[in-house]
Amino acid sequence: MKSTGLHNTKHAPILVFTYGNPSRGDDALGPAMFDLLEVCKQQTTELDHVDLLTDYQLQIEHALDLEQRQCVLFIDSSASANPPFEFHQLQAEQDIGYTTHAMSPSAVLSVYQQIRKTAPPPAYMLSIRGNEFGLSENLSSQANRHLQQSYRFVRDLLATGIMSEGFIFGQITP
Amino acid sequence: MTTKSKKTPPPKKLKRVVIEPLTRVEGHGKITLLQDENLTIRQARLHITEFRGFEKFIQGRPYWELPVLVQRLCGICPVSHHLAAAKATDMLVGATKLTATAEKIRRLMHFGQTLQSHALHFFHLCSPDLLFGFDDDIHHRNIVGMIEDRPEIAKQGVMLRKYGQEVIRITAGKRIHGTGAIPGGINKSLSKKDIDYLKQDIAQIINWAQEAITLIKHIFFERYDYHMSFASIDSNMLSVVRNDGAFEIYDGSLRARDKQGESIFDHIDYACYSDFIQEGIKNWSYMKFPFISSIGQEHGWYRVGPLARVNNCDFFPTPLAETERREFVSTGNGKPVQSTLAYHWARLIELLHCSEAISELLMDSDLSGNDLLNRGELQSCGIGVIEAPRGTLFHHYEINQDSLVEKANLIVSTTNNNQAMNESIRKVANQYLDGNQLTEALLNQVEVAIRAYDPCLSCATHAMGKMPLQIDLLNSDNTLIDRLEKRVSGEINRLA
Repeated sequence: MKSTGLHNTKHAPILVFTYGNPSRGDDALGPAMFDLLEVCKQQTTELDHVDLLTDYQLQIEHALDLEQRQCVLFIDSSASANPPFEFHQLQAEQDIGYTTHAMSPSAVLSVYQQIRKTAPPPAYMLSIRGNEFGLSENLSSQANRHLQQSYRFVRDLLATGIMSEGFIFGQITP
Repeated sequence: MTTKSKKTPPPKKLKRVVIEPLTRVEGHGKITLLQDENLTIRQARLHITEFRGFEKFIQGRPYWELPVLVQRLCGICPVSHHLAAAKATDMLVGATKLTATAEKIRRLMHFGQTLQSHALHFFHLCSPDLLFGFDDDIHHRNIVGMIEDRPEIAKQGVMLRKYGQEVIRITAGKRIHGTGAIPGGINKSLSKKDIDYLKQDIAQIINWAQEAITLIKHIFFERYDYHMSFASIDSNMLSVVRNDGAFEIYDGSLRARDKQGESIFDHIDYACYSDFIQEGIKNWSYMKFPFISSIGQEHGWYRVGPLARVNNCDFFPTPLAETERREFVSTGNGKPVQSTLAYHWARLIELLHCSEAISELLMDSDLSGNDLLNRGELQSCGIGVIEAPRGTLFHHYEINQDSLVEKANLIVSTTNNNQAMNESIRKVANQYLDGNQLTEALLNQVEVAIRAYDPCLSCATHAMGKMPLQIDLLNSDNTLIDRLEKRVSGEINRLA
């Protein structure tokens, strides 16, 4: 395979990958963060070193999106994170599942490691607390507050360049 | 988490085994096995609760939003819903025939979607089972184990997925939330640059698809009797076929055959589907149970998807896939191949066909045409049917005078396979449930049977893949006898 987006594509050093379903209430926290960051990227230069991607869910081919990155930030909603959000570093780890319908970020790192025979870039997880996951196009009011708090955190994180300097976060609670 | 059905107590003298995913949202699946005094599984009940809600959700929306809106139904095959809804809206806007450019670009999009979906299923989900055997260490039954032992296979799976995604991106306009198909046609054709971009790798894609079939045949024939008998059930088969009987996944008529391969109906206009197919209900499930009306609910259930399509068609219109189809159907000795694990084999024949069909389409100058839309007089009813990767997909809408959706009926592939999945699980459970002792082997085998169909248990949410499984054994008065829980890590705990 030599061309279709798999090789020789120039990537920004930092990737922010949000995921979730915009029609499932607070499951849309990831895509909602994408929208906020995209506006910021269009209107300012502070995210010039960042690529933004979003999808409904993670899959094996997303391992290819990690190539040539210095750092990756995954952003998802969570039903169990401490509000407003939790933040921690990810390790490559396999999933054991019985449907094709999802992968964890750690499993995507694991796929990268296996197919590229090298360690994946440092990757972090921002889990934004959501509460309502029924069919709806609106975030709950609590989730909206969590989104705004998370957005400020992410902008600071990306704007300071702290991620590209190999910052070790461990567990951060805002 | 254990649940007891409040609506439907188990029949007398049946024990109930519950396999339930623990999840954060609705739309989960769980399995209940009803066991009698002789320790035989009399019923398997796969519970899925997703789809009715979405039909309500889209009521009141303008019809032109449908092709985009319905993509949120499924994170795995949004393009299938996109195209089925687009076809339904074609009917709504009175576009009885699409332009050549519109139809061919939609077909290309659908081939890309099916290719990437089948690649994911084979390389990520099922091939570890087949490659390493069902009794192998659990960690080998996933992609990591597969990659460690056969790294080139996993790489090919990722690359095939990526290629299919690129076909979708080019034809739908975006990586997700594509807007390529619109009522009456498409919103843009392909440039020469787009086509050249996709052409560069298609020969490699075909080659990998052929290698995948060689691999699965090797695996299949190595333990032929086992693969042919595992979770095998005799069923009717339903699919779309082309008017000349050829394999078809984008547009055609409905064909149903019985378990002997005899015709039940043929070349039925899919807009008349409700004259031939009914949706039964059961008081223990939110999901409906479609059946062929002329046979009735008890025996009229059927299977859809790759197994049904490859069995039902008279030929593939591409040469390499046709050669593979002939070998496949020869194993049925004149009858349909009924092995549940043969879904995997059939899926790869389709993957090869999609590769060939993409290659042919990329040579077609109509892809760059300028005639994109057809419109006619607005209609009140629109029905679109396609063959999604997992099977026949029906979208049926009725709109009011304000062009708002008043009624929606969606029959997704998983719903079409509903009873068939229950039957396959029942067969496996009877084979592997030994007395009152739940075993890891039972849990694993049930998973293998589910994987063959790959039902949309998690439609439209991404968190579901994290769900562990819990299996409970209850006697006829709901007393817990045994319980196993399987964590995402693969760890299995006995909790009772």
